[in-house]
Amino acid sequence: MEHTSLLERILRGMALTLVVIFFMFPIVWIFMMSFQTNETILRIPPQLIFEPTLANYTALVTGKLMTAAGTLDIAFMRNLWNSVFLSVTSVAVSLLLGVPAAYAFARHKFRGSEDIAFTLLSFKFAPALLVLLPLTLYFQKLGLANTYVGLIWVYQLICLPLILWIVRGYFEDIPADIEYAYRIGGHSWFATFRKIALPLAGPGIAAAGLLAFIFAWNNFVFALVLASADKQPVTVGALAFITSSGIQYGQISAAIVLSITPTLALALYAQRYLVEGLSLGAVKG
Amino acid sequence: MASLELKNIVKRYKSQTVLDNLSLTVADGETLVLFGPSGAGKTVLLRLVAGVIDPDEGKIFIGGDDMTDVDAEFRGVGMAFQNFALFPHMSAFDNIATPLEAKRSSPGAIKAGVESVAKLLKIAHVLSHKPRALSNGQKQRTALARALVGSPPLLLLDDPLRNVDAKLRFEMRLELPRLLADRGATVVYVTQDYKEAMALGDRIAVMSQGVIRQLGTPEQIYREPANIEIARLFGDPTINLLDVKPARDTRGIYVGLSNVQVHLAGAYDAAVGRDCVIGLRPEALSFVEEGIPGAIPVTVEAETPLNEKIVTLVRTVRGREILVSRPAGTPGRSEGKVHIAVDGKSALLFDHASGDRLGSKNVVTLRNGEAA
Repeated sequence: MEHTSLLERILRGMALTLVVIFFMFPIVWIFMMSFQTNETILRIPPQLIFEPTLANYTALVTGKLMTAAGTLDIAFMRNLWNSVFLSVTSVAVSLLLGVPAAYAFARHKFRGSEDIAFTLLSFKFAPALLVLLPLTLYFQKLGLANTYVGLIWVYQLICLPLILWIVRGYFEDIPADIEYAYRIGGHSWFATFRKIALPLAGPGIAAAGLLAFIFAWNNFVFALVLASADKQPVTVGALAFITSSGIQYGQISAAIVLSITPTLALALYAQRYLVEGLSLGAVKG
Repeated sequence: MASLELKNIVKRYKSQTVLDNLSLTVADGETLVLFGPSGAGKTVLLRLVAGVIDPDEGKIFIGGDDMTDVDAEFRGVGMAFQNFALFPHMSAFDNIATPLEAKRSSPGAIKAGVESVAKLLKIAHVLSHKPRALSNGQKQRTALARALVGSPPLLLLDDPLRNVDAKLRFEMRLELPRLLADRGATVVYVTQDYKEAMALGDRIAVMSQGVIRQLGTPEQIYREPANIEIARLFGDPTINLLDVKPARDTRGIYVGLSNVQVHLAGAYDAAVGRDCVIGLRPEALSFVEEGIPGAIPVTVEAETPLNEKIVTLVRTVRGREILVSRPAGTPGRSEGKVHIAVDGKSALLFDHASGDRLGSKNVVTLRNGEAA
């Protein structure tokens, strides 16, 4: 049993509070900015007390941005939908491809299996910009530039290695004897995969899917180069708030709040799985 | 019902040969025990038969059919794993039901099949539990039930009593032979426990380093072990092994034990003058009065009363330690200088260099020697 004195507990509490303030400050500040006008945001010194306004959110939802130079159309809601669509579809495709592949890598040591698995992982090492230039040229030739299909394909670079390596670790953790027992019982390898391996690796697959979703959602550079306005996700769409008449801090903040809400909600909901998934991925690396 | 035949099986992992040109036949309805230390290749052999790993060379026949390249699900065998290998996300009922589901049995037939085997194994009351809510003994019975439920003609049991407590192991050792005999199935049973091997096996195959060292009935393995290693593995307390050099006189071949000449009856001509090891089972030694021919003087060092027998550690005049075992309740001295005699039936002679048993295939007989 661990005994802690009162002083120790107070000090620990203070330290924790400091850490939380340090990490939460930007998010809290952005949240506050999203309820202010550009004038109150830019006032020096900054003020903690202000009159909240919903103007920023209204502008985002209606798609009409009022600036000093006039009214500007913005496609924020469209961008938000693009983000949802691109992330969900990419993760779904990645799961469809990555989970069976992870199973193969975990269970069958064929010639070159480690090399292939590592090559897939190495996609995550390569700087995105390095890949993008040739990719753009190819995509334009193939007619994939500025299409959902093309974007989802490129998003596999983000999602697939992540899902593959995390889920592989989970599959490797299932004792092979359990699968042997099912097969000896008279079931095919596919039935074994469906009825034994998939349910047992379920939490890992869920964690990997959530992580991949967050990474896909947060992606900026692929979409910036490969998508035009009507296919852009929110990460790129937020650039529209840097207008000729100045940066719309209020709207940017509101946009950020709206765009991090889904991932934040997901992360909070699946916190336990996420931590498990991350640490397991790290151990099994 | 199905016989099992393995022909010239070779299995290698990287450069290591796990099974080395192994051949084995198990008759229909027979229970064969694979016995040997860990790493002997017993489990690998079982998995080859089950079809979850493939041999590098050789053929596997089940019921006369070549099953070497047949997938595990079509071999029709039942297997219980040492680590139970239960499906953690299914209830005990669903675990046991899986082989029946594979046969596309009707829900009613599945329920009846599972319940009858569960009743037989006394786990009917825990069928709704998940494996993590079961005790080790219940897990072991669930695993066994899963192997039995489809009435497979060939049963593979991989040390199923390894991970259960001593009491349950003893109970199951009594129950299993009847259970297996009732099923009429051919059984290959892996164990590291010689008592289990003796209790369950019609025949025992003693394995080490991927080779079958001896194959025979429990009686044969105990009475005529092929070498020192096997003699040492079977028997509790372990066999006494003493270095001797057999010599010949007018009355035949004899060994000297503490200056007492003990004559051997057997075809030991080749052993004369060679370094040998004599093996004396503790229960083949008895305490005798001084002056009886063949009485060997010893000093009692310690005495351990077990429930059914008393084991005495004695020291010979040359300082060699010997264990003597006698049934509880029989007279004996617990201290001081005493004499022991060698029983004529179970002394064994081994070659010192190779460890192989010398002499004929028949039970070695040994006459009580007389002082020269």
